Amino acid sequence: MNVAITLATAGRILAQLRHDRRTLALLVGVPSVLMILLRYVIDDPSAFNRLGPTLLGIFPFVVMFLVTSITTQRERATGTLERLMAGPLGKFDLLVGYALAFGAVAAAQVTVVLAISLTWLGLDLAGSVWTLILVAVLDSLLGMALGLFFSAFARTEFQAVQFMPAVVLPQALLCGLIVPRDAMAPWLEWLSDVMPLSYAVEAMQETARTGDFTGVLVRDVLIVGGCTILSLVLGAATLRRRTP
Amino acid sequence: MMNLSGPAIAVRDLRVSRGGTEVLHGLTFEVPRGQVTGLLGPSGCGKTTLIRSIVGVQIVESGEVAVLGEPAGSPALRRKIGYSTQSAAIYRDLTVLENLRYFAAVLGAGKDDAERVIEEVGLAGARKQLGGSLSGGQLSRASLAVALLGTPELLVLDEPTVGLDPVLRQDLWRLFQSLAERGVTLVVSSHVMDEAARCHRLIMLREGEILADGSPEGLREHAGTTDLEEAFLRLIEEKAERVR
Repeated sequence: MNVAITLATAGRILAQLRHDRRTLALLVGVPSVLMILLRYVIDDPSAFNRLGPTLLGIFPFVVMFLVTSITTQRERATGTLERLMAGPLGKFDLLVGYALAFGAVAAAQVTVVLAISLTWLGLDLAGSVWTLILVAVLDSLLGMALGLFFSAFARTEFQAVQFMPAVVLPQALLCGLIVPRDAMAPWLEWLSDVMPLSYAVEAMQETARTGDFTGVLVRDVLIVGGCTILSLVLGAATLRRRTP
Repeated sequence: MMNLSGPAIAVRDLRVSRGGTEVLHGLTFEVPRGQVTGLLGPSGCGKTTLIRSIVGVQIVESGEVAVLGEPAGSPALRRKIGYSTQSAAIYRDLTVLENLRYFAAVLGAGKDDAERVIEEVGLAGARKQLGGSLSGGQLSRASLAVALLGTPELLVLDEPTVGLDPVLRQDLWRLFQSLAERGVTLVVSSHVMDEAARCHRLIMLREGEILADGSPEGLREHAGTTDLEEAFLRLIEEKAERVR
């Protein structure tokens, strides 16, 4: 690990986003608009209090999965990755650089959605805003790490986009968004138990439900963190210095 | 300190397969230090694969490639080789200057290095332009500039002058010559025969085999013509006759 290279990489990714104002606007705007839509579609404050935090867990995950898998695929396709791999950059310099940059974007995204939800939409939170942001950033890093890993299996940007529904939608269906996890058929509940997004969402719900740092929350945070690190290590294994 | 003993590159019986077909059929040659060596041959003859093997990003079937006394791809070489791919490997969503500053930071090159190489490739007027808005020639010069960052001992450039106007091409070849005079070893691939005359030494490739290896004068003399294009043709005929 080289701190200077890692920071330069994070700065480079943020500079790329700065030049792409439309993507930046979509990153922050789309979750906010969806949250507003959800609030008025449900039109029931207590149901919104239950569903809102769940979505706050899912948004950063989905968005970061998509953005990372496409950015990484593009690095492979344009040859910048080959150029970096031929140079002194270490794999983890690149991965941690990505994590820093996209973590910062995720924090901004969640802050805006949260601000709108807590004021305008009347979301009622028991826990602290900071815990919520922390969990959301962790969710986004999980999405980033998985996106990075799956981008290795995409030959084109088109394929990279298709991985989003393939990887994200099953997790979103099983994470308790539509039906509570313990009300599902046993085999579905078992599937739900091995999917990292379930714990990310549970951590979000837990933070919203109680003001305490409960045992469940700690466990969920550890599981999400562990899955993130595992995916990053798997992602690093897909960054090859030599290719066929 | 530059280690001046031995050749810059020593390749022995190099075989490489891509997509199930053998594209390099046991190449053996050496590249001396402080010279411009031209790698010539038609499109599809294996130039790029050979270049990737020298840089150490190509998975090779068998054979040895030693670069500056180390096996190709070893970590010690990563700061010593400047590498420019055939398609411009720079970020399209960053400006020329931002691109070069980032790659300079990765290499640990000085802060003013980005400006220096921008001047060297004649892109000073376009330094604030986004990569995506550059013309084809500007794009390939920006990519070449990345290879010039730092103080590489070996420059490996895959078709660096494609699509450039004659004045720029002449400027770049002068730059290559002056780098060689400073002791830098250059390997430059091209499919344009008139560039061959500017090299100290030529390696002609055809269908994954070395057709000729020597100085431009030597090759002209051997083929009995002053025109290198014609010399190339005669060598092909000669070889066909030998096979018969």
